[in-house]
Amino acid sequence: MSDPASDFALGSLLLALLGGAMRVSTPFLFVSLGECITETAGRINLGLEGILVFGAMSGYGVSYLTGSPWLGILAAGCCGTLFGLLHGVLCSLPKVNDIAVGIALMLFGTGLAFFLGKPLIQPQAPMLPPLNLGGWSDDPQVRSALRINVLLPIGLVLAFVLQWALVSTRAGLVLRLVGDNAAAARALGYPVVPIRIAATAAGGFLAGVGGAFLSLYYPGSWNEGLSSGQGLMAVALVIFARWNPVRCALAALLFGAAGALGPALQSQGITSGYYLFNAAPYVLTLALMAASCTPGRILAGAPGELSLGNR
Amino acid sequence: MSQSNRPFNRRDALRMLGAGGAAAAAQMLPFGIGNVLAAGKLTVGVLYVGPRDDFGYNQAQAQAAAIIKQMPGVKVVEEEKVPETVAVQKSIEAMINQDGASLIFATSFGYFDPHVLKMAAKYPNVRFAHCGGLWTQGKHPANVASYFGYIDECEYLDGMAAAAASKTKKLGFIAAKPIPQVLRNINAFLLGARAVDPKATVRVIFTGDWALPVKEAEAANSLIDQGVDVLTCHVDSPKVVVQIAERRGIYSCGYHASQAALAPKGYLTGAEWDWQTPYTSLVKAAMEGKPMVNFLRGGLKEGFVKPSAFGPAVSAEARAKSTAVKDKMVKGEFVIFKGPLNDNTGKVAIASGVSHAQQDPVLEDMKYLVDGVIGQV
Repeated sequence: MSDPASDFALGSLLLALLGGAMRVSTPFLFVSLGECITETAGRINLGLEGILVFGAMSGYGVSYLTGSPWLGILAAGCCGTLFGLLHGVLCSLPKVNDIAVGIALMLFGTGLAFFLGKPLIQPQAPMLPPLNLGGWSDDPQVRSALRINVLLPIGLVLAFVLQWALVSTRAGLVLRLVGDNAAAARALGYPVVPIRIAATAAGGFLAGVGGAFLSLYYPGSWNEGLSSGQGLMAVALVIFARWNPVRCALAALLFGAAGALGPALQSQGITSGYYLFNAAPYVLTLALMAASCTPGRILAGAPGELSLGNR
Repeated sequence: MSQSNRPFNRRDALRMLGAGGAAAAAQMLPFGIGNVLAAGKLTVGVLYVGPRDDFGYNQAQAQAAAIIKQMPGVKVVEEEKVPETVAVQKSIEAMINQDGASLIFATSFGYFDPHVLKMAAKYPNVRFAHCGGLWTQGKHPANVASYFGYIDECEYLDGMAAAAASKTKKLGFIAAKPIPQVLRNINAFLLGARAVDPKATVRVIFTGDWALPVKEAEAANSLIDQGVDVLTCHVDSPKVVVQIAERRGIYSCGYHASQAALAPKGYLTGAEWDWQTPYTSLVKAAMEGKPMVNFLRGGLKEGFVKPSAFGPAVSAEARAKSTAVKDKMVKGEFVIFKGPLNDNTGKVAIASGVSHAQQDPVLEDMKYLVDGVIGQV
């Protein structure tokens, strides 16, 4: 480690990881924040993967047709809201399991996106503009690592706002109450079912926006392999972030960095075992899950009404 | 279960009764004769593993399908996104029985064994053309053909253009999996680059699969961060890699089809398939009832591959050098893989004095990266 060449390589690797975290984490961030709201209200929406893909398709399509990527983001969010509403309403019917509906929604969303997205593979839609935060540096690597999208800071701020809202506002308290004990919420006169539907719809909105990031910024085109399971990983991320929005944001950044590890090492000539490094995000998921699952408090912090545990 | 395993099931029998004695007899005869009876009409079925307009592998095949569509008497039925599962067999059967297809193009590598082989045995009077498979005399049915191209010739030309345009002399190659076809392309790219600048190096990133857009984007960005200023790739859709290269202001070489429209400034040239050559020859043979050529291979000379037109960033000098080598290739006078050649672990890959011409089967089993490539198989 003493010679300057390897020190430089380490610094450059850390920069590459930072850059990866900045680039890749946004969809994880939005989907996990959305799922955080939904799960706090006591529902699990596994369909976010489908919403993510549909959001990517609709955002790209609207951006292409109108010429405005911001309208694309809005459209993706609105489509996500509709899917969220669908999930919320279906799960409010008697004897309907939210996990099963979520899986159905995932298949429906991806299938519909592939079907409607056929004519969008070829054309190029206008992209979201980047924010250059690295203008102060002469190092091109620093500049590229700090060239971020405005959705990332919005997402990070949203995480803190959500955290504050859940803990310190009346609305947040009601949401948590509905998720923790529906009977108590009903006794206090809160409409449990409409609140849950609204929470699922809000979750869908954020997942749709996350999808639009994929097609409108990074990697920045619509094709059918775009998501490759990121929506599902974001749902898992909520569980080990313990339903805490700020921890969701940290976990999303960590996932982004882990995903950048494989390509970053290979580009520096460290090429042995690249299959292992490419698997880093999944290994990390398993490791964090194992580490956070101490016996006795497996689902500590889980909303009581979630169909995860058997309380 | 036993019913479907019988070589001659009830459905076949009913079809033959309905078709009448003459047609039934024609069906029993070896392939070819049935097509002559169809009086110059031919229905061709084409199966793709992905979307037809992916700027890549499937688009290259679809462009050839669009050309045979123009031939008189030819009707083309296509199906996209057919996964490499038993779905292949279902799609092929539907094309044969419902659309009357008598020539099938199965364009994805994984369709060959067992799907195409099974269908070929079940429908001996239908012709099957498969892209990339190794058809073997005696082992595989006579109504199956394999077509593929020596695209490493174009990769060599890409490497020459890349090294000429590069300032850092660091080139990047984003590849899906370390299989012989891919390694051959990487090595040819490096050898072309070294022919222009002996100090040029190629950094390789393997993403692990054929279509992983986020990982491809990440690979492109980290290579650019390491000072790479020309990128090329061997993945199903080079769209993402070429777009990122353009956005970050570096050069790119394309693959499969032309991506010039995606990078008007930085696109140097590219290695494209020209599948219309094998497609038209296979369709003609089927229409004329001639026996099938089972093993079609070719490079620039035979018109199976072609380079993309040069982009504005390629200098006149680089164009002249590349064109000179291309002319030699077209004449069949140029050998890419010849000794002495070391691999990048220092072992001898090709001994001095040995040269492997394009058709040499040794090359279809390449397992090394040559000296100058930074990466590991």
